[in-house]
Amino acid sequence: MSALEVGEVVAERSVSLTRESLVRYAGASGDFNPIHYRDDVAARVGLPGVLAHGMLTMGLAVETLVPWLGDSGRILEYGVRFTRPVVVDAEEGAIVHVVAKVAVVQEDAARIDLTVTSGETTVLGKAQVRIRL
Amino acid sequence: MNPELVGRVFPPTAPYLVGREKVREFARAVFADDPQHTDAAAAQALGYPDVVAPPTFAMVIQDLTLQQLLAEPDSGIALERTIHAEQRFRYSRPIVAGDELTAQLSISGVRAMGKGAMVTSEAEITDAAGAHVVTATSVLLVGGDE
Repeated sequence: MSALEVGEVVAERSVSLTRESLVRYAGASGDFNPIHYRDDVAARVGLPGVLAHGMLTMGLAVETLVPWLGDSGRILEYGVRFTRPVVVDAEEGAIVHVVAKVAVVQEDAARIDLTVTSGETTVLGKAQVRIRL
Repeated sequence: MNPELVGRVFPPTAPYLVGREKVREFARAVFADDPQHTDAAAAQALGYPDVVAPPTFAMVIQDLTLQQLLAEPDSGIALERTIHAEQRFRYSRPIVAGDELTAQLSISGVRAMGKGAMVTSEAEITDAAGAHVVTATSVLLVGGDE
């Protein structure tokens, strides 16, 4: 880990979300807001479709790093801005792509920036993870 | 939206006992495939007493505090007009199955934005010994009355 270089991609993955993924996250997290599983409610409140929970996107994004880190206890801080929603089509679902890149290296810590996209859209802003080296 | 919420500190939530199967269920839901989240032996090899919750599991505990905020009669916050704008976690250690966690909410900022407001809340999550585990910070955009 001492040889981290700024700009280096340390982890990357694509996650395929379906409506089942959203129901599963609703149950696991306790967030049963119907905009995450009911087309009629999403349409009524003016959304482009059923959306993934922002916390699901945030959660799966950081997990991209964990196998590389080895110990998730090395994560000191993690923050995101929810900039654009992930629309999950009933038949097609949605693909979320995560790239983790070294942004800052200090003596005993580093900042890893996550680029999280769905299609052409960046869905999380300032997705930054501070890790212990 | 009530600007006098700033600085308000809520009573600690009732202790939440983190179950091993709940950690496994949450790990599966966030596509957390690493064995430390599901296999107690893998977690113990890293020095933890039991399976390690994924980093954003802290939201499950923080959510108990957000329920307190929504239930506050003078908050002026309605869930259907609220957008989760930002989320941050600052960890002393990961949450592990067997932890008994308590969260205490404080409102650290309210900034007027048009008819609504941007509300920053911090939930400090501690274990049964009173030691800090994680601080969860949410920024909510709260719409004004129509």
